[in-house]
Amino acid sequence: MKILLPLAVGIAALAATSAASASTLSDVRDAGVVKCGVSTGLAGFATPDDAGNWQGLDVDLCRAIAAATLGDATAVEFVPLTSKVRFEVLKSGEIDVLVRTTTWTLTRDVGLGLNFAGVNYYDGQGFMVPTSLEGVNSALDLDGASVCIQTGTTTELNLSEYFRLNNMAYEPVPVETSAEGRSAYSAGRCDIYTTDASALAAQRSGLEDPSAHKILPEIISKEPLGPVVRHGDDQWLDIVKWSHNAMLNAEELGVTSANAVERSKDASNPAVQKLLGTADAGLGAQLGLSEDWAMNIITQVGNYGESFERNVGADTPLKLERGLNALWTNGGIQYAPPIK
Amino acid sequence: MSEQTREYPVGESPELPAPNHQPGAVKWVMENLFSSIPNGIVTILGLAFLYMVIPPFIQWAFIDSVVLGAESRQECNAINPDGACWAFIYRRWDQFVYGFYPADERWRVNISFILVAIIVAIALVERLRAIKGIIWVALALVVACIILIVGFFGLERVPTNKFGGFMLTLIIGLTGIFASLPIGIVLALSRLSTLPIFSIFATIFIEFIRGVPLITLLFIASTLLSYFLPPGTNFDLLVRVLIMVTLFSAAYLAEVIRGGLAAIPRGQYEAADALGLSYWKSMRLVILPQALKISIPGIVSSFIGLFKDTTLVLIIGLLDPLGIGQAAIADVKWIALSNELYVFIAIFFFIFCFSMSRYSLYLERKLHTGH
Amino acid sequence: MSVIDVQEKPPFSLGALWRDKKARAIIMQILAVIGVLLFFGWLVNNTVKNIENLGVSVGFDFLWNTASYDINQTLIDYKATDTHFKAGVVGLLNTLLVAFCGVILATILGFTAGVARLSNNFVLSRLMQVYVEAVRNVPVLLQILLWYGIIIHSFPRVKAAVPLMEGVIVTNRGLFLPQPLPQDGFGWVWIAFFVALIAAYMFRRYAKKVLDATGKQLPVLLASLTLIVVLPVITYYIMGSPLGVSTPELKGFNYVGGFAIKPEFLALWLALSIYTGAFIAEIVRAGILAVSHGQSEAAHALGIRPNLTMRLVVIPQALRVIIPPLISQYLNLTKNSSLAIAIGYMDLVATLGGITLNQSGRALEVMLIILSVYLFISLSISFLMNIYNERVKLVER
Repeated sequence: MKILLPLAVGIAALAATSAASASTLSDVRDAGVVKCGVSTGLAGFATPDDAGNWQGLDVDLCRAIAAATLGDATAVEFVPLTSKVRFEVLKSGEIDVLVRTTTWTLTRDVGLGLNFAGVNYYDGQGFMVPTSLEGVNSALDLDGASVCIQTGTTTELNLSEYFRLNNMAYEPVPVETSAEGRSAYSAGRCDIYTTDASALAAQRSGLEDPSAHKILPEIISKEPLGPVVRHGDDQWLDIVKWSHNAMLNAEELGVTSANAVERSKDASNPAVQKLLGTADAGLGAQLGLSEDWAMNIITQVGNYGESFERNVGADTPLKLERGLNALWTNGGIQYAPPIK
Repeated sequence: MSEQTREYPVGESPELPAPNHQPGAVKWVMENLFSSIPNGIVTILGLAFLYMVIPPFIQWAFIDSVVLGAESRQECNAINPDGACWAFIYRRWDQFVYGFYPADERWRVNISFILVAIIVAIALVERLRAIKGIIWVALALVVACIILIVGFFGLERVPTNKFGGFMLTLIIGLTGIFASLPIGIVLALSRLSTLPIFSIFATIFIEFIRGVPLITLLFIASTLLSYFLPPGTNFDLLVRVLIMVTLFSAAYLAEVIRGGLAAIPRGQYEAADALGLSYWKSMRLVILPQALKISIPGIVSSFIGLFKDTTLVLIIGLLDPLGIGQAAIADVKWIALSNELYVFIAIFFFIFCFSMSRYSLYLERKLHTGH
Repeated sequence: MSVIDVQEKPPFSLGALWRDKKARAIIMQILAVIGVLLFFGWLVNNTVKNIENLGVSVGFDFLWNTASYDINQTLIDYKATDTHFKAGVVGLLNTLLVAFCGVILATILGFTAGVARLSNNFVLSRLMQVYVEAVRNVPVLLQILLWYGIIIHSFPRVKAAVPLMEGVIVTNRGLFLPQPLPQDGFGWVWIAFFVALIAAYMFRRYAKKVLDATGKQLPVLLASLTLIVVLPVITYYIMGSPLGVSTPELKGFNYVGGFAIKPEFLALWLALSIYTGAFIAEIVRAGILAVSHGQSEAAHALGIRPNLTMRLVVIPQALRVIIPPLISQYLNLTKNSSLAIAIGYMDLVATLGGITLNQSGRALEVMLIILSVYLFISLSISFLMNIYNERVKLVER
């Protein structure tokens, strides 16, 4: 037991060296990186490529935050997290922001002491079945099936409720990661794979013959996925919120990574100039950032549409439709408050 | 037996035939494989089992396998659909070794690997061990490794969450092994101490750690530790994991060493006392050298256990080789190559753990002075 | 006199106190207690502050909320509308189930392999050596994943499965077996079974008495087995075969009815048993080798037959060496069963520590419960083992 005392001293010493101050922004500036919690590997949202570079929709939001705060979209430290540990890791201050396909719910927003800063992907839980399964055209035909389901998520609650309300039986097959889930599903351990529709598309794209599987029409839940920060630091919450909004506004205004510099000189459009910080409106200063914060996001990461197409859009293996995630002007529900 | 012990009067011993001695392979086979009918059946079954397992495995793993020249699983299948697709291990070799350690800085890890090899050599080659002060050299090398890998003194700091792969396994395994030994010794001495308070504390600590699964301790390290520290503080996940793994291993080592201490005859303690040695001196000069020697097999096997347990960090999201591999086979290009992955990693661990256990056997035999 | 003077001369000083062995012992212990108390006080203080700062509530009331998730393998009735507490109990029972089955299979494997390693059949002893070395040197987590992979990838799919025999189907969704359904009157069969057990026990005592008195040996094993088998079978037919059978049938997506062993359980069970069995094999081998050769020679000299020598002389002495490490292997197996989480077997760590924790966010409380449960299991087994050790301890001079 003698060892505990020196150990305690050691812990205290170590802890003291990294004592966090009240402001996440100043911590980020001191560290020179944004510590961003992401998925351990979900195609289209956060996954390392062969060279070890992280890519995905969630990853882009992390990069946007880094571009806004530090002016450098590569100044991100990606912390891969399992769904089990993600909230505790965020609460402990180990990461600055969690962008890990996390569903916004009341319990999480209020009960866990967290804040959701927006919705970077509107999702819903769906079902994928092999087309070879005859007579299954709707989720209501699934009585008695085995269902692969990723644990530690809201999906198991929705699933249980859906089957109960429709008086159907099922066998849950809990899997820990999407890789295990895909392996179990393709091996026939389960008939159906259920998770958020976006992840289903990712899973389907990863199967040997994607066309041999179909996604059923039913969406049984609302899954607004968004970035999460800790309670109690409103400035940081604002930065995360508006980094996302800046990407949306840029798409709405037609500002892309390619034309941003050019458009910023165009005095005819005040909204664009406010977004890109050339209007001298002092908007960046209100966030505690430099005036070119949004400019950095757009030039280094791109607008929301670019990020979407690059990571999950029609040219990617996921082939996701914009659907709900189209801008409100195009029939979707992605609607960002204006930057002015 | 009775023939040998019977006594004959001098000169009357009968002419016995020479012992039936049938040299060569035939006799060996008859004696060891087919000495009786059940024995023969067992032999045939065993050989049949080997025949069923080994040739198909060799066919899959070597003859039909694809190592180079494939960029994805589909290409592997195009070359040879029946064999193993080792190509993803080849393509992601750097990740398997270094994790996400920045490519430009990997020379630092390579140097550290060499330094570690030197340390291990010091620990293993006994002619070196005899030189005084060698322990300081080893410590200096350890410090050098830490500086190199983490990056102090002007080297670019590499955050620990970029660590991964075999490098991470070695960091966790070796730190646990070297740091837990002194703690384990102190715990064992405390538990056997005549001072009741020390003994009670040590017992509670050891029994607690040994009573719960390592995975729960790792969960605590990854999620709960921040509750126990002053508000707003936190420190590196890897450091927390290292502390937990060290404490875990120390508790097991303490029991092994306690067994060694208990096996030392009382006379040794009394002799040390009679020489007027203080407690620490008698421990250091008389008791511990003997006790540790007896405990070597146990110590090595708990090191092997610790080394294998490093795979559990996968569950809390650290990217050990298994974690790197699972991320790799989640990639569309390399989807579902789980057999290849598991076999590859199993071989890695087998090589390390098996050689450790062989070394322990060798040491045991060498140190066995006999009584 | 002068000596006493010298002792009285130096007034009280800390240095003197430190040099006194007894005083030093007490001081060190007091310091240790204070240090540990301070340390724990510090931890508790921090925890309280942190909880206040986060503004989260603490308590075990969440255990009574609706769990709202399903579990695929349960020993007791459980629905998604039950509480988190009940989900935890289901998980605990699953942990105990796999631990219990694992202990049995590992013991069988371990004893077989341990004895076989000492066999003079070269192929057999080498094969066992390869088994032991290969399995012991590979992480158990990897083995669990490997077995699960083999089962779900190599076993036939539900639709493609062919029954091995009436009602026995092997698929990658589990082993389906016919399930006996006791009907009215089956209770009598149980009663007959217990009566037979008691009778067998009585007969054994009688046989021992006869042996002690006359040296005559009665066929105890044969007689007891006959009793235990024949009596319940006769009762069964007298009562008119009161046993229905539910055979699994393919209905829709899955086999329905019968008794199913899930692949998750199977993989965990096999992996843990095979892993632990390798360690037990080494323990058994060492135990048998530890019995000095003189003991069996002495038995031979007394004219005891070889199989009796094994049973009456070697094994009792080997067990003294085997049992303590054997029990700690059983404990290891139980603790390793927590790795179930990697393949989705719903044990305590997966239900309470997984889904419940994730839903309620009560990390502190949940981990406290899980740690206590494992500690309770471990400590009670160590306690039993200590009693055993006391009983079999060699009386030392």
